[in-house]
Amino acid sequence: MAFDSFSAFIAMEGHGPYVWVCYAVFAVLLAGLMIWSVKRNQSALEDCQRRHDTESRASAKATGKAAASFTRVEIPQD
Amino acid sequence: MHPIRKKRLTIVLFLVAGLAIAVGLTTYALRQNINLFYDPSEIADGKAPVDVRIRAGGMVEEGSVVRDPESLKVEFRVTDYSASVAMEYVGILPDLFAEGQGVVAMGRLNAEGRFVADQVLAKHDETYMPPEVAEALERASKGRHQAADVEKAAESTAY
Amino acid sequence: MWQWFHKLGSPKWFFGIATRFMPWLLAGGLLLLAAGLVWGLAFAPKDYLQGNSYRIIFIHVPSAFLAQSIYISMAVAAVVTLVWRMKLADVFVKAIAPVGLIFTFLSLFTGAVWGKPTWGTWWVWDARLTSMLILLFLYGGVIALDRAINDEKSAARAVAVLVLVGVVNIPIIKYSVDWWNTLHQPATFKLTEKPSMPMEMWVPLLLSVLGLYLLFGWLACIRMKTEILIREQRTRWVKDMVLAGRK
Repeated sequence: MAFDSFSAFIAMEGHGPYVWVCYAVFAVLLAGLMIWSVKRNQSALEDCQRRHDTESRASAKATGKAAASFTRVEIPQD
Repeated sequence: MHPIRKKRLTIVLFLVAGLAIAVGLTTYALRQNINLFYDPSEIADGKAPVDVRIRAGGMVEEGSVVRDPESLKVEFRVTDYSASVAMEYVGILPDLFAEGQGVVAMGRLNAEGRFVADQVLAKHDETYMPPEVAEALERASKGRHQAADVEKAAESTAY
Repeated sequence: MWQWFHKLGSPKWFFGIATRFMPWLLAGGLLLLAAGLVWGLAFAPKDYLQGNSYRIIFIHVPSAFLAQSIYISMAVAAVVTLVWRMKLADVFVKAIAPVGLIFTFLSLFTGAVWGKPTWGTWWVWDARLTSMLILLFLYGGVIALDRAINDEKSAARAVAVLVLVGVVNIPIIKYSVDWWNTLHQPATFKLTEKPSMPMEMWVPLLLSVLGLYLLFGWLACIRMKTEILIREQRTRWVKDMVLAGRK
């Protein structure tokens, strides 16, 4: 340990504010970048899932309709 | 490789090479403006303009710092080990300012060749070491100096 | 011979590989970075001249390394985009440009805060600092240009050309301290020569540099995956993967 006490560690012989500001900004930006990237990835994945869910439901509906068309003819009678 | 890709690669390489040459020539032409400061030798050769705000940099000569006891005025000589220039400055010096350390000063060169600084920045080198190591080195170099002095003394007494 | 190269260009293949490597990159990066920073902050001896303010080096140097390495890797990807029209290379450039911007900003910011107590000034227009500021603007320009062009293919080419134009700045940053008089000191951390600092300072610096490189690897993977998901969402393999993940 290069320091005698915790308060000496924080003060860094007067250079504390400079050192700690740098480390704080570094930590905040790096963590922010990582969290932002994870969130973007999740939302992109969710978008994809939503799109394919609705698509597969729509196609299922379409096939259901096609199957029904054999029994009930839906032609306007005018 | 596909001939079209080869052609594209050649174009890309030419683009980068051409740009590199252009930028290289520009920076070479502007090198005096890119230099942050004048060396003491350049000032001694008269390359630095007089009474124009310029920067001068070098090492603070050992034993040249004279502090005015009445005010914040400091006088010192800055050297690059082949020429030196006298400087004066009124104000608070950076923590790292010391004899044997690098400085970059902003100010004007007057007609007598004295540099009147209005801002002094400390320049340090790329070596880092713990204080104990620095002390040990200092002691070692002093020891060597002393040994050299003793040797010289021995030589002179031998004559 | 070119087979591995084209395989590398397959988004699906990359997606699988990235997913496999990411936990290791994240764990290794966080571990090395934390070890390097704690060692550097609390256990490394102080400097004989600068005292404790030199401890900023443990984040300043890794950030500056990353800022330049990211640009170089973007330039390589730009050549691949222009010559081989590989989609993945463009995905890479687009995904990591903001990361490069952040690291360039961090190296400028930590340098300014470090400069105040040591040099006596926050900023000086010397060659090193100015060329680093130009790098920041280049990253900003790359991001802006990519957003300004809607068509994916023309955006990719325009961005690649801009990245290649900017690459001449990299040797200028690196050698500025040797070619010109600058306030900034020459490099301390060199791969080819003996470092000009003792082991108990150099090892924590090495650890934090390696840790940040690994974290960058992780960031690149996750951001590229996002970009691939957005671009390839209509393809069969994305659909299969997404629907399989749902079950």
